[in-house]
Amino acid sequence: MQPLEMSAVDLVAALRQGDITAVESATVFLDRIEATNGSINAFLAVDREGALARAADIDARRKAGKPVGPLAGLPVALKDVLCTSDMPTTCASKMLEGFRPPYDADVVARLRRADAVFLGKTNMDEFAMGGSNENSAFGPVRNPWDLSRTPGGSSGGSAACVAGDMAPVAIGSDTGGSIRQPAGLCGITGLKPTYGRVSRRGLIAFASSLDQIGPMARSAADCALIMETIAGHDPGDSTSLAVDVPRYTDLLDKPLAGVRIGRVPEHFAAGLDPEVAKGVEEAFAVLMAAGATVHDVQLPHAKYGIPTYYLVAPCEASSNLARYDGAHYGHRCKDPGQRTAGHTGGFESPLVEMYCRSRAEGFGPEVKRRIMLGTYALSAGYYEAYYAKALRVRRLIRQDYLDAFQTVDLIGGPVSATPAFKLGEKTDDPLAMYLVDLYTVGTNLAGVGGISFPCGFTKSGLPIGFQLQAPPLAEPLLLQAADRFQRLTDWHRRRPQAVGVVKT
Amino acid sequence: MSTTAPYTTIIGLEVHVQLMTRTKLFCGCSTKFGGAPNTQVCPTCLGLPGSLPVMNRRAFDLALRAALALECTIAPFTKWDRKNYFYPDLPKGYQISQFDLPFSSDGFLEVVDPKGAFEPCRVGIVRVHLEEDAGKSMHDEAAGTRDSRIDLNRAGTPLCEIVTQPDLRSPQDARAWLNELKLLLVYLGVSDCNMQEGSLRVDANVNLHIPQADGRVAKTPIVEIKNMNSFRSVERALTYEAARQWEDWQATKAEMGKTPKQTRGWDDPAGITRAQRHKEESSDYRYFPEPDLVPVTVSQQQIASLRGEMPEPPVSLRKTLAAKWNIPAYDADVLVNQGRDLVDYFEDLATRVGEGKVASNWMQQDVLRILNETNGTVSEFTVRPEGLADLIGRVKKGDFDTSRAREIFAEMVTSGRPVDTVVAGMGIAAVSDDDVIALCRELLAANPKIVADVKSGKEQAAAGLIGQAKKKNANVNPGKVRAVCIDLIRGME
Amino acid sequence: MSTSPQTLTSKDVAKVGLLSRLALSEADLERMTGELSKIVGFVSMLGELDTADVAPLAHPLDTQNVFRDDVPVASLSTPEALQSAPRHDGSCFLVPAVLGDSGAA
Repeated sequence: MQPLEMSAVDLVAALRQGDITAVESATVFLDRIEATNGSINAFLAVDREGALARAADIDARRKAGKPVGPLAGLPVALKDVLCTSDMPTTCASKMLEGFRPPYDADVVARLRRADAVFLGKTNMDEFAMGGSNENSAFGPVRNPWDLSRTPGGSSGGSAACVAGDMAPVAIGSDTGGSIRQPAGLCGITGLKPTYGRVSRRGLIAFASSLDQIGPMARSAADCALIMETIAGHDPGDSTSLAVDVPRYTDLLDKPLAGVRIGRVPEHFAAGLDPEVAKGVEEAFAVLMAAGATVHDVQLPHAKYGIPTYYLVAPCEASSNLARYDGAHYGHRCKDPGQRTAGHTGGFESPLVEMYCRSRAEGFGPEVKRRIMLGTYALSAGYYEAYYAKALRVRRLIRQDYLDAFQTVDLIGGPVSATPAFKLGEKTDDPLAMYLVDLYTVGTNLAGVGGISFPCGFTKSGLPIGFQLQAPPLAEPLLLQAADRFQRLTDWHRRRPQAVGVVKT
Repeated sequence: MSTTAPYTTIIGLEVHVQLMTRTKLFCGCSTKFGGAPNTQVCPTCLGLPGSLPVMNRRAFDLALRAALALECTIAPFTKWDRKNYFYPDLPKGYQISQFDLPFSSDGFLEVVDPKGAFEPCRVGIVRVHLEEDAGKSMHDEAAGTRDSRIDLNRAGTPLCEIVTQPDLRSPQDARAWLNELKLLLVYLGVSDCNMQEGSLRVDANVNLHIPQADGRVAKTPIVEIKNMNSFRSVERALTYEAARQWEDWQATKAEMGKTPKQTRGWDDPAGITRAQRHKEESSDYRYFPEPDLVPVTVSQQQIASLRGEMPEPPVSLRKTLAAKWNIPAYDADVLVNQGRDLVDYFEDLATRVGEGKVASNWMQQDVLRILNETNGTVSEFTVRPEGLADLIGRVKKGDFDTSRAREIFAEMVTSGRPVDTVVAGMGIAAVSDDDVIALCRELLAANPKIVADVKSGKEQAAAGLIGQAKKKNANVNPGKVRAVCIDLIRGME
Repeated sequence: MSTSPQTLTSKDVAKVGLLSRLALSEADLERMTGELSKIVGFVSMLGELDTADVAPLAHPLDTQNVFRDDVPVASLSTPEALQSAPRHDGSCFLVPAVLGDSGAA
């Protein structure tokens, strides 16, 4: 079997058994990237030299009988929101074009220790703000299933590269759905862990109380494998949970008998695409056939999720992005001070000019919008009405989940109201774009875990995603349920024809 | 306050002290002063993308200690907030501080002058909170460049912010109170409070209350004064500002509330305060809870345990010393004000000597004098308590008088040698009574005029013999010489 | 507590622009005023909910008291610290002159 067709689990086993070398494996993916990235634009940076050197080192160590990590030789793509000391880290922004951090993110360090081979950094919506990967300063990403459509966002590059067989696994980040929604639109599996399960150190922050890093791959089993490496307590992250990491891969194979899955009637309201609704209902049927029971549950404040998210996230982002001011790193405008001198109505000083012009030049329109919105909502006189109000509603949303999980073990439903939409379809109306997060923001606001995986295809061949959400730290159950679904179906094995992928 | 003064000066202080931890508040970089620029920085204190803060436990404990000593109420639940503003010495674009739930509030610190130079002044503490320091921005005007240089070594250093009620009533009070605060914090090991090194900074808020003929009290607008670099500057700045506000009041009758709070910078060489540019939007800090840090709870047990391990603060130590060693309040004050090391030295000395007052006298008149002259510290002082106690014991026995003892002491300090060695080296030996009498007879024979004066009732004239006696034999006890001479003269007819 | 939908004026938006340190052209200002007004109007729907008895939820975790020991850790070297600085002199970051008092009031 070709590496491009193999699951990560199988590829790691093959590498371990010596059926394939790390260099051979890396080469296959690097060649694939070279052949297809031009039309997909999933990668912002490819480190061919570094990857092959790393692979060669792993092969040499294995040959010499030296110990190698549990993921030895596995090619991994990293969303360009993660700090890598040996590759640029841009967040798909002109603000950080060429930026090279002097340190690795905790997740990156863990994957390195596990001997993963990094192929490169994937494209994303700028600073993780977006739902279509059209907000990148370095061009949009195209959906491998239909190159005229978006892959979703903000982890659009990570989703597309897995869907397009450019990497067996990718790491993404999810603040309001940015792993799960693109996974859904690209027909792959993506997991957002419970808040605090994976360290955020080295994750370039968008909204600190919402961000989480997670795996994106072709299957829940592959996600489980990656989670064993990336999850765990980090004393360098105060919000990291000091809780042991379960052996997710060992816990996968469990029947669903007795598992209660909630179904939220409001999810099936007017805006939901009928084909998606059908796919989701069929998924429930599969899970029931596997022994789970389905029960109606309420998430009474779900409709307030988007406005709550679009206050909490921009407020935190407005502060997190204040550091990008041209002073210590990142883009600085040319000749600050030239407009101040003798220019009435201009900037009050060359320093202020440097800040204002550097940031105006470095940030794209969506980032600026959210910074402005957040600054406004936190400013004197508005704090109580907006930010504080949103935090109170956040508590109500979280309570909805905790209440629901009294009667069910999981909540199932759509991950996106529509399948992949056309490039340019929603870019004129920021609010329309915000609504793509409808089914996913609640998970982040509540701090719980969620997984999405393919449950069908539209008539036109676009993937339909299904989402499961779980109580805090119930990743084992999420992965088990998704894995069980994937033993009974083969939606996750389908591959897009659009980019000439090897057929299974 | 005198009833004839036309106004009362109302002063409140805002003090920032750097805590004496080895590392910064949120990262493991060193807090040592004086390092080369940007050598004590890491992703966290540089505010690099993706960096995160983790609270230094020792910093929190030292801050708690300060708050407890300032009699504050400790909040059982406290949290951190972001104070958002743009400045090059603040790399994240926000400072992690405390806004609405500081870890402590509602305390006080009293300052008393045992000489009664001012009334006891109890100053209320509004709050003590914990926050991180910013870096340093340096502008070299002389170099003529249009750049400022930014050193982030200091960024992230733990700071305790102490805000007082406007309870101070004179610049002298303020200075004395600051000295007391500094003494307290040094005693507690919380900070070294060194203004020259920036580990203590003060801003002051001052205005005047002016009684009107109709019984109302007019209040001038509050002015915040910044850029005072020593306690003396604080006193001078407040003195100047109070006078300036009085002049201004007489000219304009402008009252508080009609204008926004003004900030003025103290110019020490010129001896004046200057108005600073008013920045319109600079005060909208958009505080919100810091999402990267979790809240902190403090239990009663923790507080009890911290109290237990706290060094005794000056205010109670003064009383303890006075009572234990039977010395006046004034003495205890002087000793305590010199710091714990000196107090330890004194107590060791007093124990050996067996008497408090004598030891205290020697400390004040001799040890402190020499330390001040040489700018030395008591921990480096060459004569240790046992050596000095030895000397004092010999004086008590009458082996030498006090002035002789001082000479011996000076030599002990310089040479580092014990009493016996110094005495031998100086050729000091006890003078027998017979030798004293013989010597006195010689002196009387040589000084008929003095003899005549003494005979006629002027006993003080005998003092003139002492210098001569010492020239003949340095080891004689002047008091003894005087007494013997007078006796001999009386014996003459 | 109700929140009536806010319409932002371009003066409001200019003020927010300065607070955010974003240079805005006249065209930007006009466009942003429209967009932000719309978004703020949308999020104001939270005013429908009575949250008088609900405490704000700033952290999704229940964790408290996370500390580290006061033990020094190796710092970056100066070249590492300055490696991404747009302007530096080998020892310090360089920015347009900062004159007068500090940024914080």
